[in-house]
Amino acid sequence: MGEVKVVALRDVDFDLFEGEMLILLGASGSGKSTLLNILGGLDRPSTGSVRYGDQLISDESDAGLTAYRRKHVGFVFQFYNLIPSLTARENVALVTEIAENPMSPEEALALVGLGERLDHFPAQLSGGEQQRVAIARAVAKRPRVLLCDEPTGALDVETGKIVLKALEKVNQEVGTAIAIITHNAAIAAMGDRVVQMSSGSISDSQVNSTRISIDEIIW
Amino acid sequence: MNALTRKLFRDIWHHRGQMVSIAAVTATALMTVLTMRGTYESLYHAKASYYQASHFPDLWANVERAPETIVNQLRAIDGVSAVDTRITFSSTLDLHREGAPAIGRFYSASPEKEMLGALHVKSGEWLQEGDRDGVLLSEKFAIANAFSVGDTLQALLNGRLRHFLVKGTAISPEHSYAVPQGSLFPDDEQYGVLWMSRKAMSAAFDMEGAFNEAAFTLTRQGDIRHVQSEIDRILKPYGGQGSYTRENQISDQILESELQSNRQTGTMIPAIFLGVVAFLLNLVLRRLISTQRQEIAVLKAFGYGNTAVGWFYVRFALLPVLAGSLVGIVSGIWLGGLMISVYKDYFDFPDLTYQLSGTLLVIALSVSIISALVGALGAVRKAVSLPPAEAMRPQAPARFTKGMIGQFKALQKMPAAFRMVLRNIERRPVKTIFSSLGVAFSVAILVIGMFMFDGMYYMMNLQFNVAQREDLTLTFNRPLAETASFDLATLEGVRKIETSRMVPARLFAGPLKKEIVITGRRTDHELNRIVDASGAILALPLNGLVISKFLADDLGIAQGQQVQLEFLEGSRRFVWTQVVGIVDDFLGINAYMEIGKLNQMVGGPKMITGANLSVGGDRQDGVANYLSKVPVVANVSSPSRGFKLFEKQMSESLFISIFFLIGFSSVISIAVIYNGARIALSERGRELASLRVLGFSKKEVAVLLFSEQGLITLLSIPIGWFIGKELGRILLEQVASETYRIPFILDWQTYFYSALITVIAAIGSSLIVRRRLNNYDLISVLKTRD
Repeated sequence: MGEVKVVALRDVDFDLFEGEMLILLGASGSGKSTLLNILGGLDRPSTGSVRYGDQLISDESDAGLTAYRRKHVGFVFQFYNLIPSLTARENVALVTEIAENPMSPEEALALVGLGERLDHFPAQLSGGEQQRVAIARAVAKRPRVLLCDEPTGALDVETGKIVLKALEKVNQEVGTAIAIITHNAAIAAMGDRVVQMSSGSISDSQVNSTRISIDEIIW
Repeated sequence: MNALTRKLFRDIWHHRGQMVSIAAVTATALMTVLTMRGTYESLYHAKASYYQASHFPDLWANVERAPETIVNQLRAIDGVSAVDTRITFSSTLDLHREGAPAIGRFYSASPEKEMLGALHVKSGEWLQEGDRDGVLLSEKFAIANAFSVGDTLQALLNGRLRHFLVKGTAISPEHSYAVPQGSLFPDDEQYGVLWMSRKAMSAAFDMEGAFNEAAFTLTRQGDIRHVQSEIDRILKPYGGQGSYTRENQISDQILESELQSNRQTGTMIPAIFLGVVAFLLNLVLRRLISTQRQEIAVLKAFGYGNTAVGWFYVRFALLPVLAGSLVGIVSGIWLGGLMISVYKDYFDFPDLTYQLSGTLLVIALSVSIISALVGALGAVRKAVSLPPAEAMRPQAPARFTKGMIGQFKALQKMPAAFRMVLRNIERRPVKTIFSSLGVAFSVAILVIGMFMFDGMYYMMNLQFNVAQREDLTLTFNRPLAETASFDLATLEGVRKIETSRMVPARLFAGPLKKEIVITGRRTDHELNRIVDASGAILALPLNGLVISKFLADDLGIAQGQQVQLEFLEGSRRFVWTQVVGIVDDFLGINAYMEIGKLNQMVGGPKMITGANLSVGGDRQDGVANYLSKVPVVANVSSPSRGFKLFEKQMSESLFISIFFLIGFSSVISIAVIYNGARIALSERGRELASLRVLGFSKKEVAVLLFSEQGLITLLSIPIGWFIGKELGRILLEQVASETYRIPFILDWQTYFYSALITVIAAIGSSLIVRRRLNNYDLISVLKTRD
């Protein structure tokens, strides 16, 4: 069996602006995760370039990408990826201990409404709470970019909304630019801008004139 | 090949690193068994058949001079099967070369068919009865000095220089391991055994119609105690010095202790290795089964039974063990052959070859298979007992507690990343302990091996540099008047003389008795001193007897106890004396007494049997050469040469041993650390990928992964030191013999190097795993549900 070349992204020209809330919509296989990974410095494009401000990310070495992630980018995944052997506070401390000018873990957890559950281990928290710890961990370093890959994918509607509210709060209070990947079109209304992807290309891009309150979203 | 077998091979291929490491540990175990126990068996059988074919004696007795006519009396003792009498003397050999003279031990050769401990002629021909000038040489001496049939050599026999013709070379079962008197090491250049016709010997030593040594074989039913007491009774009037058994026959003694140590190493080392195999298989299988939960569920859902699932994982465990066994068997046979060829340099056996018995092979294989099964059992039971519905669900998340960090304030300052490491170790204490124990054994193997050498070296250093400080040690052919020392004093270069008298005696303590030699000496000796294993110098009291601790323990003698002595020379008095000192010494079985008191007790004139000399600088060789030609001098030896011989033998075996020890211990530590790290990587891949996403560098993540293995290694080092020390102590007690007892000495180098080698092995195996870590695909790990 020979190697088969799969093109994940093609002709993508795309900007993420400071402080904006962006929703990336698309069916599975549309290339949205690949785009997010490239934006976050987890992956490199085979051709083309990616810039963060004046920095050419796509040319960075492994160490350069690590530093970029360490200083500027936060990640939230569908499956939380918390460290099971560390408490909520310690999971956040993992990041604050290596960041420049971070929030305190307590501050970050309070931001996502978990000020009371600092010393619980992930196994002692609900899915929604775990995802909020993941958000606190991602924002504690005050990143300028927060990338969320299906953050509500594993959660029920109510819990999902709590998590989205936490993201919104971070966007408003910390001023972090947030890109949320989702296949859930209902969420689109909460963003400043909605980018639609299909088959590895951007098929549509719209600016919402007003952001809808999360409580009004129904799915 | 069915689908499940195909999956088995793929799984094994996927885990090839771990499989190879487990196979390597198994191979080492099997190799050690076949090498050490195989050598033991080969030596044992070679010895047994050689002893039988050559009519190796069961008893020996030395006398001053006994008439040949009493042989019939000896033969008539109930239990005696055959008697062979000999004439034997030591003489100086003049080999026309520089340095110290060589010593020859001459024996009369009985007619070929009657000889006990029959010679095996290797070249040339048997001596003609009545041949006056022909000799047979011990083969190794001949080789070391390049003698061949037809050469001549000179010897000083009873004060007369004689020329001899080398008729042939031979080996003798009584001299399989040929060591000069009072030494532990063969010195083939300087010491040889020579056989002459009985007639020529009698003429040369004025022993016509007489003998001074007799050898005996017993009948099957013969009672050795009865025979001994009868021999001693009959020979007593002729200066009999008491009969002795194989236990006290130096060549057999050394061979026997070598056999025992092979037997022990051949059991202990493989046992450790197979224990490690069982542990590693358990570790690897447990992890494999927990990652394959869902596969097991699917198999069961499709109708595969518990037996099929169980058998799958048992085969997974058996494959590396069988492959390793195969390698172990092949290399064990090869190495065993090599070992035997090394033994051939030390022991003279006519047909010593490496022979592997089927029984040993079957036992070794079965034991390794059993350890594989023991290791697999717990894990496989888990796979078998898992109900399919439960197996479909992901494993319940691991429960963590704050543990030590919750309890100790100091630990709360620790970075969060290291808290992970600590909690993981705390959560699985048993796994951590076993891993540490595994690595600890690799440290222990190094400790045992190295400190045996330390102990040997320490012992010899004490003996030759603290106890025997004389330049030359003299032994006389017969007791001489005390005034002989005045003659020695006139020799140019001799600075100090200390004389001593050795008297054979029988020591009685309650119902027990033992033949010993009592050394009489002055209390103020400075050249040759009584030294114990700690290096302390013991002052000889004016009254009473000082004996070796080994002898005291053997006979149950306590300090202060009264014991009875029967002197085996002169008027053979029985006397009572008090044991005033017990010395924990290390070479031979010794008994000391103040020489004046000894002379008094033995009765008769004051005598000496030997002297220790201090000789000025460059005169040593000259004095030694001169003395070796003096008829009454049986032996002149130089302790410094003894030490050199020892060092030579040590350095030869040290290199090989250290090589194997490092190999052995590395196999264990690499296997344990590598498997530990691989499993940690598999268990914690997700966590580590998260850390990389959060901005931890590759190096930081590697440090976290390996700090657990590092902690295990650090923990293992003191445990290994302890295990090594204790096992070593046991081993030393078991190999302690009348010949020597290695003192228990551990110096810092042993601690240091055993730790260093283990740490290097641990770092090496981590580097292998690190390559894997570097190639880890961050994204795919995080995209999956744990």
